[in-house]
Amino acid sequence: MKSFMSTGIVKGILYQITGSFMGAGILGGIRALMGLSWKTEPAIVLGGLVGAIGFMVGVGGFKDWWKMALGEEVNEASQVFGEQGLKRYFGFSLDHKVIGIQYGILSMVLLVLGGSLALIFRVELAQSGLQILNFVQFNTLVGLHGMVLIASILMGIAAMSNYVVPLLIGAEDMAFPRLNAFSFWIAVPASIILMSSMLFGGFETGWTAYPPLSVRGPMGIQMFFLGVFIVGWSSILGALNLIATVLTMRSKGMELFKMPIFAWSVLATSIISLTATQLIGLSFQLVMFERLFEMSFFTPSNGGNPILFQHLFWFYSHPAVYIFVLPGLGIISELLPVFVRKPLFGYKWVAMSSMGIALTGFLVWGHHMFTAGIEEYLRVPFMYSTLLVAVPTGVKFFSWVATIWQGKARFPVPMLFVLGGIIVFLLGGLTGPPSGTVSTDLHLHDTYYIVGHFHNTMFGGFIFPIFAAIYYWYPKITGRRMSETLGKIHFYLMTPSFFLMTFGQMRIGLLGMRRRIADYDPAMGFDFTQLLITIGGYLIAISILIFFYNLIVSAKKGESATGNVWNSRSPEWDILPSPAPAHNYAGIHFNVVGEPYDYGLKGSKYVELAQVEAQSKESDE
Amino acid sequence: MKHFTIVSILVILLTVFVYVLLQAVGLLPTQASSQAVIIDQLFDIHIGIISFLFSLIVVFIGYSFIVFRRNKLLPDEEGQHITGSSKLEIVWTLVPLAVVIFISYLGAISLAETRKIDPQALEVKVTGGQWYWSFDYPDYGITSDALYLPVDRQVKLSLTSMDVIHSFWVPEFRVKQDVLPGENLVKELRFTPIETGDFMVLCAELCGGAHAYMNSPVKVVTEGEFQDWVDEELGNFPQDPESLGERLAKNNGCFGCHSVDGKDGVGPTWKGLYGSEKTLVSGEKIMVDEEYLHESIVNPNSQIVLGYPANVMAQNYSELFTDEEINNIIAFIKSLE
Ligand code: HEC
Ligand SMILES: [Cu+2]
Ligand SMILES: [Cu+2]
Repeated sequence: MKSFMSTGIVKGILYQITGSFMGAGILGGIRALMGLSWKTEPAIVLGGLVGAIGFMVGVGGFKDWWKMALGEEVNEASQVFGEQGLKRYFGFSLDHKVIGIQYGILSMVLLVLGGSLALIFRVELAQSGLQILNFVQFNTLVGLHGMVLIASILMGIAAMSNYVVPLLIGAEDMAFPRLNAFSFWIAVPASIILMSSMLFGGFETGWTAYPPLSVRGPMGIQMFFLGVFIVGWSSILGALNLIATVLTMRSKGMELFKMPIFAWSVLATSIISLTATQLIGLSFQLVMFERLFEMSFFTPSNGGNPILFQHLFWFYSHPAVYIFVLPGLGIISELLPVFVRKPLFGYKWVAMSSMGIALTGFLVWGHHMFTAGIEEYLRVPFMYSTLLVAVPTGVKFFSWVATIWQGKARFPVPMLFVLGGIIVFLLGGLTGPPSGTVSTDLHLHDTYYIVGHFHNTMFGGFIFPIFAAIYYWYPKITGRRMSETLGKIHFYLMTPSFFLMTFGQMRIGLLGMRRRIADYDPAMGFDFTQLLITIGGYLIAISILIFFYNLIVSAKKGESATGNVWNSRSPEWDILPSPAPAHNYAGIHFNVVGEPYDYGLKGSKYVELAQVEAQSKESDE
Repeated sequence: MKHFTIVSILVILLTVFVYVLLQAVGLLPTQASSQAVIIDQLFDIHIGIISFLFSLIVVFIGYSFIVFRRNKLLPDEEGQHITGSSKLEIVWTLVPLAVVIFISYLGAISLAETRKIDPQALEVKVTGGQWYWSFDYPDYGITSDALYLPVDRQVKLSLTSMDVIHSFWVPEFRVKQDVLPGENLVKELRFTPIETGDFMVLCAELCGGAHAYMNSPVKVVTEGEFQDWVDEELGNFPQDPESLGERLAKNNGCFGCHSVDGKDGVGPTWKGLYGSEKTLVSGEKIMVDEEYLHESIVNPNSQIVLGYPANVMAQNYSELFTDEEINNIIAFIKSLE
């Protein structure tokens, strides 16, 4: 019991609860001293904030920094060995691999939560009429489904980047291990705050939180804003760390154009997160202030402008789409050569296309506002820039196809998910242009077509690739393989179910089904398709349950796999045993002696142990 | 070369198949405006491109997997060592670039076509509010809760909102425009209905609460029928206070929140309201009389009925209505026993 209470996360949560009450109490106290009555809304905001800080204190996130501030000695991260066993995942650790898994666990928890929210409102939508939810509940579920899954995705890409990048580039850890742990742990109280919006009346605005609607209505929106605001911190700091790591910690001889392609996509993603996230934080903060202090940034009756919010919001939220998908596309480029046994076609072009997508991604936010009433002269330029994104995206697809062409493909489970990712993302990409040209978007905007479109991009760009990544690197984490049979069931159940769902969504959207409505006119004839969409959603959920079963059981019972299971050239497989040792390559020196993806070139290697080289030199002499 | 010939043929076949299939299932609702015709032409181009690119990628991948599959006897067989081709990369950067610019150009033309201005357009002022639509015809002095439009004549909507953002959309007309609050943010939308019939304007922007039900009828009628409707609205309408009150209530969205048949809504029902006893949030018990009703309309927050939220009713009805109009509404409420 005592050891349970001293686990980092338990302590953190206890501190967060205490902090929340303290924050709320302080505000109530100050107001009482000023002779004002109790007001819940500012109290929960301050409570949430103090609670989050409390969590970080409780989990031990400030301990070392505090010591440093006092001038005391702290250990270098490479000297810290920390706890072993399962327990290390539940406390403050500086090891990037532990943090990667922690991110992964949080991502999966949020995936389950966010997915379950959708399962609830999908029951409501399976049939016209209002059955189980009222309007506020429905709107809260829809909005939280969006934002919780965005958080899940952010955590998921952080998991992959954290675990894999240092291994790929031959680093012992991330550039700033303490900051790394901080970025992860701050996301935990943030997620709790985000979910707590349900306790405070929910919110009616969907994840986009447009004012003036978000300025009125239930105060749950404040917890939504605060939660996202803090998740934003996690994202910005994490990105900073990844950029520093990729730029400065590559092993000797690994030039930028020789690093594994996934590192490129992480670099591109991190540049976006580092520079765009501020805008969503800022716009949400302004609405919080508008509610708390009656400042009026976005309410026209007091001189504000609601469109300004949309510009700020989408300046992040469009590039965010590329934050979500670039790492996934990187996974596809990373794994494809391994499974078709051919070099990645046009490595440099693929690497540069990630950068290209990241940069053009900054210029297209206006396409979310074609019907919003933005200045007339803005619509056409935004249409050009939007369609321009198709060019670097096309480069990726064509390069993948050329990589596959004449390859000797194998189809273990990770490869299946890679292929699923390619096809689903292809559909996401192809359904984009109709909503990118203005006049057709006048019809499509805010319909279920858009819902279908972005579920395609999110599944193709994140869900499928992250499953591929998990199946692929699982042996590196545990020393065991996940069951192929269960993995195949997972894949062959999820993929068709997803098509059922997304084609249904796009079909009724084109015919006039709006987004975010709790009820629809039976006369429109959508009932049957809506039912199919719901069924598709539930089948996906079942397939993911199978995945979780596989994930957990294989850790103990899976077939043991300590060597280079996939016959990959990359250093974490070629050099390290599985599970990967603490501090990765500490004491092991390797040199980059070839190209990362020269499959099919006899006798070539990407990396080679320094000793081996030394020995062969000796024997030469 | 042989492979590329086969693949090209397969790509063409699949493209045609997908295109025909997509056209056959009927992707879009009927075209009831001249804008819909223009927009659907652009949709057709998109569908063509989608069919082609989908087929291109899928056929290449599928063909390669089947034809170049691994030899069963050589489980360790590796692929050929081909690392790339700058020529190809340049081709598949520049060709899509050209296509993309061309499509954008078509998109710009399509947009311009849908926005052609007819100076003779019928003007309608559209007001959206939580959760109703109201339509003003300044040329005729008519206010209505349904949008009546003569066929084949362009209509120019000026849209504004009473509270939050809404969005005006009739799927059969294809066009959509958000409706913003704020006097300086009145937006314009033009279209020309080309088919008579009954449609629905749907609010497409999440506006809280009963967003799903923020729909109003759109009736496209012949020029003659439109004139009849105008005449009826202007002349033949009963002029007694109760009927006038009912019209006011209907056209100003009161029924979005108040029912007249006893059903509970966002606000209390009006059935049997007059003369009943009510408990207020303050705890006070009052009898509903004319004075109370008057106060509830012009100054709703002064007395909040127990169990209902404050700040939901608009606060500016005293500016919107004349005293006489408010009295008419009260007369109407009184008639609902
Ligand atoms: C957005 C929803 C909404 C609209 C639109 C609306 N009301 Fe209300 N109304 C309410 C609510 C909620 C209450 C109860 C709270 C209160 O007493 O203010 C209420 C209360 C009232 C009452 C007092 C009823 C009672 O039981 O005591 C009257 C009278 C009234 N409204 C008249 C009107 C009129 C007239 C209009 C149209 C011009 C209108 N309302 C439009 C929401 C609305
Ligand atoms: Cu976008
Ligand atoms: Cu609405």
